[in-house]
Amino acid sequence: MSIDKETARRVAHLARIEVAEDQLEHLAGELNGILGFMEQLNEVDVEGVEPMTSVTPMRLPRRADVVTDGDKQGAILKNAPDAREGFFAVPKVVE
Amino acid sequence: MSTLNSLTIADARDKLRSKEISSVELTEVCNAAVAGSDALNAFSVKTPELALDQARVADARIAAGGAPDLCGIPLGIKDLFCTKGVASQAASNILGGFKPEYDSTVTSKLWDAGAVMLGKLNMDEFAMGSSNETSAYGPVVSPWRRKGSDAELTPGGSSGGSASAVSADLCLAATGTDTGGSIRQPAAFTGIVGVKPTYGRVSRWGIIAFASSLDQAGPMTKTVRDSAIFMNAISGHDAKDSTSANIAVPDFEAALTGDIRGKKIGIPKEYRLDGMPDEIEKLWSQGADMLRDAGAEIVDVTLPHTKYALPAYYVLAPAEASSNLARYDGVKYGHRAKLQAGEGIHEMYARTRAEGFGKEVQRRIMIGAYVLSAGFYDAYYRRAQRVRTLIKKDFEDVYATGVDAILTPATPSAAFGLGEMADVDPVKMYLNDVFTVTVNLAGLPGVSVPAGLDSQGLPLGLQLIGKPWEEADMLNTAYALEQSAGFVSKADKWW
Repeated sequence: MSIDKETARRVAHLARIEVAEDQLEHLAGELNGILGFMEQLNEVDVEGVEPMTSVTPMRLPRRADVVTDGDKQGAILKNAPDAREGFFAVPKVVE
Repeated sequence: MSTLNSLTIADARDKLRSKEISSVELTEVCNAAVAGSDALNAFSVKTPELALDQARVADARIAAGGAPDLCGIPLGIKDLFCTKGVASQAASNILGGFKPEYDSTVTSKLWDAGAVMLGKLNMDEFAMGSSNETSAYGPVVSPWRRKGSDAELTPGGSSGGSASAVSADLCLAATGTDTGGSIRQPAAFTGIVGVKPTYGRVSRWGIIAFASSLDQAGPMTKTVRDSAIFMNAISGHDAKDSTSANIAVPDFEAALTGDIRGKKIGIPKEYRLDGMPDEIEKLWSQGADMLRDAGAEIVDVTLPHTKYALPAYYVLAPAEASSNLARYDGVKYGHRAKLQAGEGIHEMYARTRAEGFGKEVQRRIMIGAYVLSAGFYDAYYRRAQRVRTLIKKDFEDVYATGVDAILTPATPSAAFGLGEMADVDPVKMYLNDVFTVTVNLAGLPGVSVPAGLDSQGLPLGLQLIGKPWEEADMLNTAYALEQSAGFVSKADKWW
């Protein structure tokens, strides 16, 4: 599997990272280098092996579905680049 | 009194209790050492006033009696830990100006124990790097230099500021985090002790996430005893981290008897790499001899999937990072890009992230997005998760034969020069983690112990890998190794 310029453009879009048109070729090359390194994994026989989802054999703990925290609007908005009237403010989303 | 900053935690604890010194005196000396250390670039934020306030409270608490071990001890805190009201940026421009409204669980526990914060420590951006060169604050410089050279060397990464600061006696100890070797590799490069606990031993809450299934915080200290004291303070269950283990925490310091008679230590043949410097090979066999002389039995073991650990890691860690770092969108905190007329929220997201993230972080987010994308998920991500199962099983098979710990080199080389790896393939840099990354994939505890100097006068470390939840036993073996190796070298002060 190899990444061409179009795939690099798609990956950059998926990652929501702006990449200039003249940088896409270079990016594709870098990503290919790293993916080439990962190809070694194809040598491993993984037939019948469970994919690991938790490194420690424990169940995710459950708790009662109740409110345990809150009333922190000011603290939550404190670091926002743009907060107005108790909300995060962003450029217009819906025309 | 000007050398108080070179004390260990254990010695400072005793002197504070005997009233030979006060925390304020100790903190003033450390503040001065930090103030004079700009050439190392280890600290991203200095908090001398806060430190003195904490020291005064600590002195009162010590005078009242019954204060915890870390009371009055000046520490450095890696920039990855959220600290209330003090900039916490993961060494990234995307978190420019971010001052958390809360403390991480680890730092809360440290402050509850009376510890003193000297400031925040530089690191690789979002802990992605092995040389501290990806930091938005610029690289950290190691206090160590090659014999007869003044070339600047890396302290390693990602916890490079922590390593440089502890090694240069700017603080008594520091916090680090380790996702693929980020505590153990810099500890080895700078001649200090670094511990990566069992996954789940230390709460991850309030630590800026890189790869959540691999991240674990731990101590970086001058001695094994200091790491044990530090572990006593930060370990334990936390309801705010759902992967934190609800199991009893032993007294790690009380376990340090130095008696390892009858312990079985495994030497994995797969860690003998082609092209590894002879000095590392030699140090490794000397380490085995030291443990044998202390009464341990040395056995050859095999970890057959070792060579696949790095490629599996470089699928899994970027995949988790691409998901974790999706939160940096210019809305909630940190940097937001300026828009041109006619541009909207999509441009804002993509430009904010292009401007805020450095090149290595961007590369890893994109690799992560690719391996998780439709059509490639099974071929890369799923396969890597399966290989991870096999890597963990390798260790389980070894421990099932009665082996208590595994001895390996900590790194495949001594510290390299800043800029030396600038033009090489990113994969070459990744090889730094070849001996440490297996431990994260298997969720095990590991410790790097300084064991000697190479022919250029640079520190080299050995790594002990323990059984899950057996940090106490692992640290005791590390303690025995430390006693035998007798590493006391310090970098000559040039900064």
